[in-house]
Amino acid sequence: MEMTNSQIMFLIFSAIIVIFSILTVTSRRILRAATYLLFVLISTAGLYFMLNFQFLAAVQITLYAGGIVVLIIFSILLTSHISQKFERIQISKIIFSAIAAIAGIILTVTTILNYEFKANKVVLQNIDMKVIGRSLLNYGDNGYVLPFEVISILLLAAMIGAIVIAKKKIKS
Amino acid sequence: MNVDIPLNYFLILSSVMFFVGIYGFLTRRNLITILMSVELILNSTCINFVAFNRYLYPDNLHGHFFALFIIAVAAAEAAVAIAIIINIYRHFTTINVEDVDEMKY
Repeated sequence: MEMTNSQIMFLIFSAIIVIFSILTVTSRRILRAATYLLFVLISTAGLYFMLNFQFLAAVQITLYAGGIVVLIIFSILLTSHISQKFERIQISKIIFSAIAAIAGIILTVTTILNYEFKANKVVLQNIDMKVIGRSLLNYGDNGYVLPFEVISILLLAAMIGAIVIAKKKIKS
Repeated sequence: MNVDIPLNYFLILSSVMFFVGIYGFLTRRNLITILMSVELILNSTCINFVAFNRYLYPDNLHGHFFALFIIAVAAAEAAVAIAIIINIYRHFTTINVEDVDEMKY
């Protein structure tokens, strides 16, 4: 079967994503689950590189893989024995959750495959940092200055909230 | 490059990742593993937005920016969630969802 290079790359990335995401949710050791999640997030960044969105892929690696997964690993080390194994879950819970997930997958996949997506033949212009920067601070049409400002307020609020919640209360 | 891989493959991949995240959310008992499943779900919607932007609307960048903001919101939410988890651990010395039941009626 003749496959182009991009098809081989897509196959590799999607195989990594599917296998490691299933391993993340079924692993019995928590640190291995965090490592598998790291692989899933890096493969997603690989998919973004394939779709020619280099900035988004870099942000994905920096924030998700390098920020959130590191934060999760720190909290794992703070709150549990890293070598303990999870107890086995009841078999009824596994079966019901698996039935719900598989029914959802079947429903979604049949809906997707039955719909004819008309792919647009317009080729995207080269996305460099100038376009992204100008769009993020644009007041006019297709501008993103309002979500930009709102997200900065959200990050400030999240930072203050996390510090206030997690600091030790001084017993006076 | 676009004509090699149909759009459906990206959508099927993101749906599988979404429902694997839902399975993990329903099955896991540790709070941190539940948070990891939520990150899987958010990541799958990011892939969806980016694929739609590339294939159906390649002249603007709406999906790209939406995915960027989803990543930022996911980071803020993970930080606050882990602060809450650390606080729960200080109080209960466990982060099993079945043991944190002091507010149960």
